[in-house]
Amino acid sequence: MAQVTLRKIVKKYDEVLAVRGIDLDIVDKEFLVLVGPSGCGKSTTLRMIAGLEEISGGDIEIGGHVVNDVPPKDRDIAMVFQNYALYPHMNVYENMSFGLKLKKTPKDEIDRRVKQAAGILDITELLDRKPKQLSGGQRQRVAMGRAIVRDPKVFLFDEPLSNLDAKLRVQMRTEIKKVHQKVRTTTVYVTHDQIEAMTLADRVVVMNAGLIEQVGTPNDLYHSPATKFVAGFIGSPAMNFIPCQLEQAAGALSVRLSDKLSFPVPSDRTARYASHAGKANLVLGLRPEHIAETRPHTEANQHDFDMMIDVDEPMGMETLIYFTIGGADVCGRVNPNAGAMSGKAMKLRADLSNMHLIDDSTGKVL
Amino acid sequence: MANTAIAAGATARPLKYGSMSRDRRWALRWSYFFLVLFAIFFLMPPIYMLITSLKTSAEISAATNPWWIYNPTLENYIELLTQNHYLTFFRNSAIVSVCVVAVTMVISVIAAFALARMKFWGSATLATGVFLTYLIPETLLFIPLFKMFAWVNETFGIQLMNHWWTLIILYPTLTVPFCTWIMIGYFASIPKELDEAALIDGATWTQTLTKIFIPVALPGIIAATIFAFTVSWAQFLYPLAFTTSATELVLPVGIITTLIKGDVFNWGQIMTGALLGAAPPLVIYAFLMDYYIAGLTAGATKG
Repeated sequence: MAQVTLRKIVKKYDEVLAVRGIDLDIVDKEFLVLVGPSGCGKSTTLRMIAGLEEISGGDIEIGGHVVNDVPPKDRDIAMVFQNYALYPHMNVYENMSFGLKLKKTPKDEIDRRVKQAAGILDITELLDRKPKQLSGGQRQRVAMGRAIVRDPKVFLFDEPLSNLDAKLRVQMRTEIKKVHQKVRTTTVYVTHDQIEAMTLADRVVVMNAGLIEQVGTPNDLYHSPATKFVAGFIGSPAMNFIPCQLEQAAGALSVRLSDKLSFPVPSDRTARYASHAGKANLVLGLRPEHIAETRPHTEANQHDFDMMIDVDEPMGMETLIYFTIGGADVCGRVNPNAGAMSGKAMKLRADLSNMHLIDDSTGKVL
Repeated sequence: MANTAIAAGATARPLKYGSMSRDRRWALRWSYFFLVLFAIFFLMPPIYMLITSLKTSAEISAATNPWWIYNPTLENYIELLTQNHYLTFFRNSAIVSVCVVAVTMVISVIAAFALARMKFWGSATLATGVFLTYLIPETLLFIPLFKMFAWVNETFGIQLMNHWWTLIILYPTLTVPFCTWIMIGYFASIPKELDEAALIDGATWTQTLTKIFIPVALPGIIAATIFAFTVSWAQFLYPLAFTTSATELVLPVGIITTLIKGDVFNWGQIMTGALLGAAPPLVIYAFLMDYYIAGLTAGATKG
């Protein structure tokens, strides 16, 4: 059993608070991803779990034991670094067996474990090579192998794919997921790439400015973000934020985006939003895929409107269109055959069933 | 010859396409010119020494061509190598240098590791301090050192003056600061994740140093070793000031104190002694040259 628990974790560098009191429960065998922009404290949090940074306040538990003052080697963790951190003077076999040798593991046991890990990662034929003779992807595999052979309670990954090129990154992403499915070790993974976070994680932790914004499954975060930050951070292209007013007339609510443009609020949301009618600083959050070209058949909460397209970006499987509403840039995703063209007007359709109403003064999704 | 090379190239293809290789050819020519010039400049003294060492004293003082040997003889070599003094100097020098290199490397590698990696209060100031120590000229140091030795003698009754082994204590004052500085720079170029990985793998600080840092920084260690050896082999001022008896002298001082008698300079033997004395560093350089160059250029690009 290797659950990891963080209680009110604080990290202070001189006077700067890098991590401002976070609570987190990572359950056994879980793949948890910490994601956020640079400087949000995600790497610091990971390094505190590893024991590479001292904590300034709070408690860290691994497998039910408080490890605040336990040195890294006794925490039973393994870490994979962004720049691989392979020992350049040792070959792959020696790199992978180094930790076991220090623990005075019997030779045949070391051999068995190294070969097994090499088998999992498909690097058996590289065992006698030096790190400089390996490609980036192979080095990353070896770094993972070094972690696997130690059979730790927790795997820690610190942006392991950031040094790889785009294609290899996607490939290694799948690889990491496969390895986790095979070894089922509790994993904490840090990345700034929200796609990596979404694809790998059982649960994602979105961090911002040293605090946790939201914890949830990838789908939770995507469909029910708790804050504007999460709504904007998860998803690519990012969610559209359009300043709006919530108007109440004859018992019906509607969001007014501009003088000409106003959509009725879906009936199942009326009760939730009613108290916010007339408030200032409201923002409508709508994902690009909920703005598409008009179609003959209309479903509930779908509303057509005409708009002048500023820019069109054909992506092949879809075309991204950009236009402005009330000064806010808005992105939509239309069918490549819908005839979207820069500078031309187009009939679009907004699907409000997945709308979010955000109070911009608190940053909270209402 | 140079012109014919260009002319040949010109017939093969239009000149304007070959401007890159033409530039390179000229650059190479200048390189060779200056390299030969410098080689002559720097080889002149040792060659002069070699020539002189093969002459008799009479021929050296005769007004003949100094660059030519009319009566070659090995007399100087035989005399020097059968003389007890010279071999004693050689032995003293060898023991002192080997010990100094060992002491220096043990101290400076450990010190550099601590200063470069174990961030502790004042470590940065200490690192700068180490370098500043190196900048103090040795001529300023030997009077305070004299005072210290006198104090040691008064307090503990240990006479440090006029013993060859005293030099093993003295030379590290010159070699340790610089070698530590080289090693700090070398260790600093090793990515931090490497020791963090070792830390997580369960290595202690000592294991991180011996199993990771020393093997990775080997070129730097060899560069520092060569430096320490050269300094202690060629050091002149300290042995001159601190040793006097013929049995306690090292090579550089021994040669001049025993082979210059009053105003009589035994040039033939002086040159022979100096030439033979230059052999050990030469042999060591030849063996370690590749590593030495790798060490000097390390840090130029992050490896």
